[in-house]
Amino acid sequence: MLSTYRYPKYEYVPPPELKGGIVRHPVVIVGAGPVGLAAAIELAQSGVPVVLLDDDDTVSIGSRGVCYAKRALEVLDRIGIGDACVSKGVSWNVGRTFFRDEEVYNFNLLPQPDHKRPGMINLQQYYLEEFGINRARELPNVDLRFMNKVVSVNAEGKFAKIMVETPDGPYTIEADWLIVADGARSSIRRMMNLEIEGKIFMDRFLIADVVMKADFPAERWFWFDPPFHPGQSVLLHRQADNVYRIDFQLGWQADPEEEKKPENVIPRIKAMLGDDREFELEWVSVYTFQCRRMQQFRHGRVLFVGDAAHQVSPFGARGANSGIQDTDNLCWKLKLVLDGKAPDSLLDTYSEERVFAADENILNSTRSTDFITPKSKTSLTFRNAVLALARDHAFARALVNSGRLSVPSFLTGSSLNTPDTAEFTGDMLPGAPMDDAPVREKVANRWLLDYVGNRFVALVYVADPAAVDPAQVAVFKGLAEEPVPVEVILVSPKAGAAPEGLHALEDYAGRFAERYDAKFGTAYLIRPDQHVAGRWRAFDAGRVRAALARATGNA
Amino acid sequence: MPLNLKPNFAEPGKRYFRAYTPGDDFYEALIETHRDLSDEQSAMVNAKLVLLLANHIGDMSVLREAMKLAREGV
Repeated sequence: MLSTYRYPKYEYVPPPELKGGIVRHPVVIVGAGPVGLAAAIELAQSGVPVVLLDDDDTVSIGSRGVCYAKRALEVLDRIGIGDACVSKGVSWNVGRTFFRDEEVYNFNLLPQPDHKRPGMINLQQYYLEEFGINRARELPNVDLRFMNKVVSVNAEGKFAKIMVETPDGPYTIEADWLIVADGARSSIRRMMNLEIEGKIFMDRFLIADVVMKADFPAERWFWFDPPFHPGQSVLLHRQADNVYRIDFQLGWQADPEEEKKPENVIPRIKAMLGDDREFELEWVSVYTFQCRRMQQFRHGRVLFVGDAAHQVSPFGARGANSGIQDTDNLCWKLKLVLDGKAPDSLLDTYSEERVFAADENILNSTRSTDFITPKSKTSLTFRNAVLALARDHAFARALVNSGRLSVPSFLTGSSLNTPDTAEFTGDMLPGAPMDDAPVREKVANRWLLDYVGNRFVALVYVADPAAVDPAQVAVFKGLAEEPVPVEVILVSPKAGAAPEGLHALEDYAGRFAERYDAKFGTAYLIRPDQHVAGRWRAFDAGRVRAALARATGNA
Repeated sequence: MPLNLKPNFAEPGKRYFRAYTPGDDFYEALIETHRDLSDEQSAMVNAKLVLLLANHIGDMSVLREAMKLAREGV
């Protein structure tokens, strides 16, 4: 098994605390999966030293999380592993849905042109983790400790006290802030007696990773009731290294141990592929799932992220993708709190915003699951009626739900937003995750999203960057001197020399103007996680400062 | 007006950021209407639902068109 990938084995190094003495760290993160790694890298890049504990010495076994959405890729870009993931992964935008033996519906995740990243890539989880570990090891302020298992946590005071077991015995460390990324069965959640509520779905799914030479297009294919697996659904994804992920719905009555045996798996795959195609089985698993979340993701000094905080059904790839967005929402806030530039109540907005996102993910993945696994005869009849009508009628195609794939939440209700005071068209309202746009700086073609993130930015749309009044330039630069700096970036339909010390981006395709409804003078304040904090029809430093105070919990 | 076969679900005053959301809102409400009912009870609910909606539409040419399409392939 697992012939295409060699698992790295990471060295265990005895931690210095074993010799005695308790050290207080600003941030300890538990769990070096995709989410814990993303948190560690993002914090370390912003200058915060982190200790990252993991109870294992390798990456995820089996492909597990496969689909990484555009939004997660944009975060991975900012932590330095986007290119590695995209070049190794399989990019795709089109999903096709079949009912019995006919295609009834297809969708395109990226109907708009001119975005840097595709709607989705498929990449085995072990690659993502390996790239993350490589990146973390480049950063001197990430202290990555393998074979370090947390056995107890006490977080009742103003810091967390953590007992850790290693091959050489136990030790204790303290953390001003503890980030918990230890997965769906979070042992820290259990140690702290915290509830996670939701529902279990009565269905089982077989996942098989199959190595084969095939010229299937890079698309997501989903079958309802196909001839090769009647009465159930099947999902096919192409991953890196000619590995295909096949997901067979089995029903609740299936025996997981029996179903996992190659003699039972291979005939299912043969029936699907036709008898003559050669393939090799790499990894097989049978899973069930739940949709649930914690009441709050912040508990004093402890911050829960990813599957430890919330879980969804896999239809929609909203698991790892939302976990990566959790850390992106959390890290800039935590950095401001650690630097004394924001009150710790700012971290409550991490919980508020990501609970909102988790509810959206749970809602969408529950709806997909209810469509895929109807719970009653009537529900099945409606489902099949939709599929029967979908072939000919657009309204029914819109109801076909084989998974609503991961997209970022519009945090329109967030207390960090400054409400609009002017009319705008389009979707880039306060709380919106930013749309990308192609831009040009000097002669180089670049992407808007590569210029924003990791700090506050004000985008100001001007007729000609070379003609901006020097007094105005001084005001722009003044914002960069604030305790929480704001970098002003000019965007213009016209190429022109930027005033010294500022970036000027040419909106050469007009997409910025179109997507952001920009007119000369329009200004947007952008958060470090690339969500819109506020926008105006005319730049006013006072209003930008007020919006900044609001977005950082200082209002 | 001919029978509308394009996506047409919406809640007045609600802003949608994803095209699938209004249809999914409807579908969830529809399935929820049948929760905990026996098959027989569900069939009765469906019949009443058709009658209520048919009266609301009223236009016989639209209803004839819908009835014809519903029967196709069954």
